[in-house]
Amino acid sequence: MGLLSKKDSKLILDPLTDNNPVTIQVLGICSALAITAQLKASIVMALSVIVVLGVGNVVISLMRNIIPSKIRIIVQLVVVAALVIIVDQVLKAYSYELSKTLSVFVGLIITNCIIMGRFEAFALANGPWKSFLDGIGNAAGYGLILIIVGFFRELLGSGTLLGFKVLGDPIEKTGLYALGYENNGFMLLSPMALIVLGIIIWIQRSRNKALIED
Amino acid sequence: MSLKSNLHSLKEKYKGTKMAPAFNALHTFLYTPNDTTHNGTHIKVADDLKRTMNTVILAMLPCLIFGMFNAGYQHNLAVGDIQAVTSGFFSSEFWTLDNFMIGFWKIIPLVIVSYGVGLGVEFLFAVIKNHEVEEGYLVTGMLVPLIVPIDIPLWMLAIAVIFGVVIGKEVFGGTGMNILNPALTIRAFLFFAYPTWMSGDKVWVEGAVQRTNDIAAGANLDAISGETILGSLAQGKEIAYSVSDMFLGFIPGSIGETSTLLIILGGLFLIFTKIGSWRIMLSSALGAIVMGLIFNQVVSAGIITESSKFYGLMSTPFWEHLIIGGFAFGVVFMATDPVTASQTNKGKWYYGFFIGFISILIRVFNPAYPEGVMLAILLMNVFAPTIDHYIIQGNIKQRLKRVKVKTA
Repeated sequence: MGLLSKKDSKLILDPLTDNNPVTIQVLGICSALAITAQLKASIVMALSVIVVLGVGNVVISLMRNIIPSKIRIIVQLVVVAALVIIVDQVLKAYSYELSKTLSVFVGLIITNCIIMGRFEAFALANGPWKSFLDGIGNAAGYGLILIIVGFFRELLGSGTLLGFKVLGDPIEKTGLYALGYENNGFMLLSPMALIVLGIIIWIQRSRNKALIED
Repeated sequence: MSLKSNLHSLKEKYKGTKMAPAFNALHTFLYTPNDTTHNGTHIKVADDLKRTMNTVILAMLPCLIFGMFNAGYQHNLAVGDIQAVTSGFFSSEFWTLDNFMIGFWKIIPLVIVSYGVGLGVEFLFAVIKNHEVEEGYLVTGMLVPLIVPIDIPLWMLAIAVIFGVVIGKEVFGGTGMNILNPALTIRAFLFFAYPTWMSGDKVWVEGAVQRTNDIAAGANLDAISGETILGSLAQGKEIAYSVSDMFLGFIPGSIGETSTLLIILGGLFLIFTKIGSWRIMLSSALGAIVMGLIFNQVVSAGIITESSKFYGLMSTPFWEHLIIGGFAFGVVFMATDPVTASQTNKGKWYYGFFIGFISILIRVFNPAYPEGVMLAILLMNVFAPTIDHYIIQGNIKQRLKRVKVKTA
């Protein structure tokens, strides 16, 4: 890591594993359950949050000395709302179908607890470069889980990945479907996202001794 | 050397190793252990958890055997090889070896997969977590084949069993700690994951799916189908079965749920051996009757007319709800599961009542889920601890009041 000091790279790498915002802090669950039925939507959501949190953290960090602490939540909301509107407009312009799939959940990035949490806990107390790394790291940790959940839900629920029929064609009965395999419709329902997420947490906790409680 | 001493020496040989729980479980499943506890309190009870489980399995056996005959009967009837039963429960058209063998070869694989996969998962967890194999799966393993359609593919059943045992039970800490009934978790998984195999008019009759595929491939055959009574009613169709057919069980449905007569006999056996709770069974029936009566009144008051999509199921006489679908089976064998039901006697009344009440509610208002009893039991499983909590708190309050009166 020539580019980043040890401390800086920790800011990015920690949220990916040992301090993951979704699996350890259990934040941002609602969008993780709602939009992960397709891998593509998960990836776009992950990228959107990376942009919003990375830029937002820098903006808040730059303003941290001039925001009166009594109205800081409102200022944070304005910043994140402005960024989310930009992301939403870009999505609508370049990928209309996808923005329809994500529907309100792009707008609801505003209320994603991870974002307000990082503003409050990190950006208000640290410089712009560190805040940028922290924002990217936390959003990537969130996105990583989204993509893992999206991968399994799309593969098992629809038999596709990013729209490609990787398991064969269910109507023409090719590939696995010729053997009698069928898609698991439960995977497309939100409860199954919660269960997949639970299994990820289970695996992570049983492999990482530092996370085992009592 | 006898089997018993063989098992005993195997158990001794593996004592202290990773595989010890597996051999211990096999030994105590079949026999009483040779040794007794050496210290501490000695409590001698004739039936331990394994005997309890075996009793429930015994109560379900008639349903299983009837299910085998019925599977063949429904198949032969749909194909047109035999006539419908005419002379009651002991009709000669029904109890034929041909009927039995068709069902036998179809159902035994289901039983083997259910037990093989389920116990495999339990053994695996016991070895990894280093505890004794728990007996909880014995009843679940027998329930599972009884509550699925005859034509369900075996691999689907296997996946559902793994899901049910791991997510429904092991993550909560194993037997006795689960919130949801594992057998119903397995059925609910199948229902939501593979709806085309759990409802409709093909899966309830042995061979109907295969024949549909053959016809699609160009074979010169007549299509066969058989819809459950609830399925027909939800679509507003006339039902072709008499009340005695429904009560005795000569109808299409999940394998073990059709014969209300045999389920009642099994229920009485459970009540007699004090293993099943008569409070839950009775209050569930009451709840269903109350809800059924309300709907019947709504229909006779003219609020719902024949044009309504709810008319078919709402106008069904309240007592008929008790003998169609899986209601009786669910109430007798699954609502009474001591782990997931309410523990307090008063709580059991509430718990059962709401199971019956909600079952009929779901049946009528959600035709997409014709079998309401599965969802009703799962829902009340979740609420059972809450019910118990308020019953106990109420009891404490009442007794505290008495204390105050005395001291005042």
